[in-house]
Amino acid sequence: MRRLGYEGVVVAAPVSVPYARFSTRTAHAFLGELLRTILARTGLAKARIDGLCVASFSLAPDSAVALTEHFGISARWVDHLPFGGASAILALHRAARAVQAGDAEIVACIAGDTNDPDAFRRSTAAFSRFGQDAAYPYGASGTNATVALLTDHYMRTYGVEAEDLGRICVAQRANAGPYPNALLRSAMTMEDYLASRPVAEPLRLFDCVMPCAGAEGFIVTTRETAEREGLPYANLLAVMERHNAYPDDPIQMRGGWAEGRDDLYAQAGMTPAAIDFAELYDDYPVVVAMQLEDLGFCDKGEAKAFLRAHDLTTAGSFPVNTCGGQLSAGQAGAAGGFLGIVEAVRQLTDTAEGAAVPKADIGLVTGFGMINYDRGLTAGAAILAR
Amino acid sequence: MSAPRRNPVLAPNRATIPPARRSRVATEMSAWAAAGVFALQTCGECEAVQYPPRDVCRNCLSPRLRWRPADGAGALLATTRLHYPYELYFRERAPWRTGIVRLAAGVSVTAFLHPDLGEAPAPAFVTARLDRAGQAALIALPDETANFEVTPMREFTASPKGRKILVTDAASPAGIAMVKAMCAAGAATVWAGRAEPWGVVPGYEEAIAHPAVTVLPLDVTDGDSVTSLAGRIGGRTDIVVNTATYHRPGRALGAMGVESARAEMETTYFGLLRLARAFGPALAARAAEGPNHAVAFVNLFSITALVASPAKATHSAAEAAAYAFAQGMRADMRASGLRVVNVFPGPVDEGWNQLDLPPKIAPDALARATVKALETGVEDVFPDPVARQWYARWRDDPAAFARELAEAGA
Amino acid sequence: MSALPLLLAELASGAVEIVDLTHTLSPDFPRITLPSETVPSAPFRIEEISHYDARGPAWYWNNFSCGEHTGTHFDAPAHWISGRNQPDNTVDTIPPARFVGPAAVIDCVAASDADADFLLTVDHVLAFEAEHGRIAPGSWVLMHTGWARRALDPVAFQNFAADGQHTPGPDPRCVAFLVEERDILGFGTETIGTDAGQASYLNPPYPAHYTLHGANRYGLQCLANLDKLPPTGAVLVAAPLKIRRGSGSPLRVLAFVPRA
Repeated sequence: MRRLGYEGVVVAAPVSVPYARFSTRTAHAFLGELLRTILARTGLAKARIDGLCVASFSLAPDSAVALTEHFGISARWVDHLPFGGASAILALHRAARAVQAGDAEIVACIAGDTNDPDAFRRSTAAFSRFGQDAAYPYGASGTNATVALLTDHYMRTYGVEAEDLGRICVAQRANAGPYPNALLRSAMTMEDYLASRPVAEPLRLFDCVMPCAGAEGFIVTTRETAEREGLPYANLLAVMERHNAYPDDPIQMRGGWAEGRDDLYAQAGMTPAAIDFAELYDDYPVVVAMQLEDLGFCDKGEAKAFLRAHDLTTAGSFPVNTCGGQLSAGQAGAAGGFLGIVEAVRQLTDTAEGAAVPKADIGLVTGFGMINYDRGLTAGAAILAR
Repeated sequence: MSAPRRNPVLAPNRATIPPARRSRVATEMSAWAAAGVFALQTCGECEAVQYPPRDVCRNCLSPRLRWRPADGAGALLATTRLHYPYELYFRERAPWRTGIVRLAAGVSVTAFLHPDLGEAPAPAFVTARLDRAGQAALIALPDETANFEVTPMREFTASPKGRKILVTDAASPAGIAMVKAMCAAGAATVWAGRAEPWGVVPGYEEAIAHPAVTVLPLDVTDGDSVTSLAGRIGGRTDIVVNTATYHRPGRALGAMGVESARAEMETTYFGLLRLARAFGPALAARAAEGPNHAVAFVNLFSITALVASPAKATHSAAEAAAYAFAQGMRADMRASGLRVVNVFPGPVDEGWNQLDLPPKIAPDALARATVKALETGVEDVFPDPVARQWYARWRDDPAAFARELAEAGA
Repeated sequence: MSALPLLLAELASGAVEIVDLTHTLSPDFPRITLPSETVPSAPFRIEEISHYDARGPAWYWNNFSCGEHTGTHFDAPAHWISGRNQPDNTVDTIPPARFVGPAAVIDCVAASDADADFLLTVDHVLAFEAEHGRIAPGSWVLMHTGWARRALDPVAFQNFAADGQHTPGPDPRCVAFLVEERDILGFGTETIGTDAGQASYLNPPYPAHYTLHGANRYGLQCLANLDKLPPTGAVLVAAPLKIRRGSGSPLRVLAFVPRA
């Protein structure tokens, strides 16, 4: 049975609330500022928001429902997505279906987190039961330890050099240069990258995202509504998500994208060659490398060659993470996964806040998250177009 | 070989412990590790091995998951070296090497790596040891015989080597054996506690002749004696091995009256209480002082602490009281990473157990098992066949086992 | 006319001195050790109830516990099977006048130093009488062995070897002689028993216990300061606690000693 498409569903109002390394403000405050900015830029009255989809790690004990009261919104559709870096794609997926079905007309998809110096330790310690029982007691710090192991295995298996992964980090830093909201904008050379201190070998400091406070969000609505309200928008062509794909792999070498990509491209009616730019989930460069393979830009194990052959900067042959991605902008908790959609919609609506991709007609956005024990469980991707 | 001495001007190094929080089912894994067993859940229906610990089978969704000793053989797939762990305990000891091992049983485990285990890919042998939070930690070794007297593997032991050890009653058969075994295991100092020093005890003089041994007066039934000794050596003691016990054969309706039972309780239970309160806080304060920091409090119990033997009803009661107290000790000492090691032998081959039928564990074997438990970080020690059989039946169904013993009258 | 005003005057003037024959009760003091298959007497133990602290803000006090035969103590006739049918044979029923009597102190120090198993014989008693006069009826006869000097060294005080305890005491004939021929009130020692350490091998075993208590006489043990008593002329007060049906009791033993 062929999946229903997304005809008539659009994404608009991409908003980034400026990041801070640490903040004394709450997640509620960041989310409130985000929503206020969305309303201000769109000119929509608050009462027009009839759907609310929220992702946050630091909202406890509140959920999306609590925010409806806090923000004075009477929604008829609400969702709360505790799915980390995959929340944005999942939010888009659910909101799109709600809008398509008429359950809501305008869904605000918002994500935000605050950050205090001990917050990451606390959220890591209690992130999941399997993590608490079988990963955190082994010295894990966030996801560094797990991804270090995946990286070690990936590099060893495919003969990947540090410089290969470094290309991703160096290019993204170049992309962050003109983007004012990035926390890390100073130029970085390959030498700088290679000289950065080991954090969890083979991971270096510049392989790891910097946790910070901030918020990202967008609205999902129909093309009719967007045009009636005069909102620039991007069309949603396709979405996929996969959870716990390939559970028998002894160690993660691929994500659920490999299983879902054929369906994704078929739904969008195109091949990977049609993609103009990609906002790939980038908590670590190895995850970007795996996605290049799993999403069909090259074969398994060939990311090394692909990276050597392509320029990932905004003006390059294959622009990736065009405002610097999380590696350079910072990872604002659950908002980190929303940055890709926000940036893709900006590129597709000619509202880039940093450098614009010269030809940006079709963009690929991904999400990845939920390292529950020893691997990321949730992979998602979406294709957006002008 | 003496350890470096602490600079008294600097702040003392306070004990930290690794993350202790676990789900209930993961705690069961720790209970197995505490007895020296690396156990994994196996599905009672489809035989699939499970990890991490869970509530239903990942394959057939059966809730009938059973803990079984696991085969540690596997392949090391990937390694890392963690330089900036979040938890203070890890950070103070960074970097840590960890890796992923694919066990032959079909699950992947995150494990600490023994320093002799190289980079992936490599064959590896996984074992479960207690970490300093008292929780099971998986460790990948090059082989089963890997040496744990190296950094950071020593964290997973309470090795007597280089440590200063108090044996509370050195004049009992078990106490004599314990003094000798601790000396043989490389203890820096063995303080041999002696109550009522006038009796002549075979083997005692030989045991205390070792140059590492100093005899000190200690009568655990006397509060003054215990606090005096704690005042003298409490600030230097790394391991307390409580061998002080008093037992006489006495059935529940036996003819020995109350005073014999009271003497059992006075030594076995109140003695432990006095020792724990006098020595416990100082042990906790020194649980991170140098490489040979305070590390363990060992209780020499009897398997009758778990299930009463009708032939030794009063003794069993005193043992059970002391064991119940030791569970409280374990909770209170956990925060500083101190281990409470409980040794539960079956009948020990000494005079007061003359009429017990063999097999009986020789005091020397009991002491060696205690040393091995310290060296391997085991907290619940069942050193002989009788103890292991009772323990297995007790784990299986304590209520039925208690009735079975009552029926047997033994 | 009462002698008491004179006693008080002589106490005040120092003509009569009170000597304390009691060891301090402490947990360290050796306890009597009987064969291991028998139930042992509890040693002296003391635990603080409060010490001007949260457990009792304005007061200090302790709980103590011990067997009746602990420290410097009294043996009543009921202590031994031979005395079980004697009248008034427990500490609560003994007439109080029987706690007081003249003391005859027999010096056995040199002999005990030379031989820890020294046994006091009738001949030794007769030799004592030849020098100091006949022992009066109703006397406390005290065997001064110097053993109290060992009280700070429990090992020396108990003096155990693999074959048991080696401490001096009376031989069977001597005890019988003192009871039957001299009608003494009781017999006192510095050691932990009225009998010698190896007295279980005498006939009867434990002759002091057997014979004294069988004749409704008393025993005093672990006495101190016997070196401060004259051979004769002192008066002893050895009053046990009034324990119902008690077989003995820790004591505070006082000696009234004339100073010439």
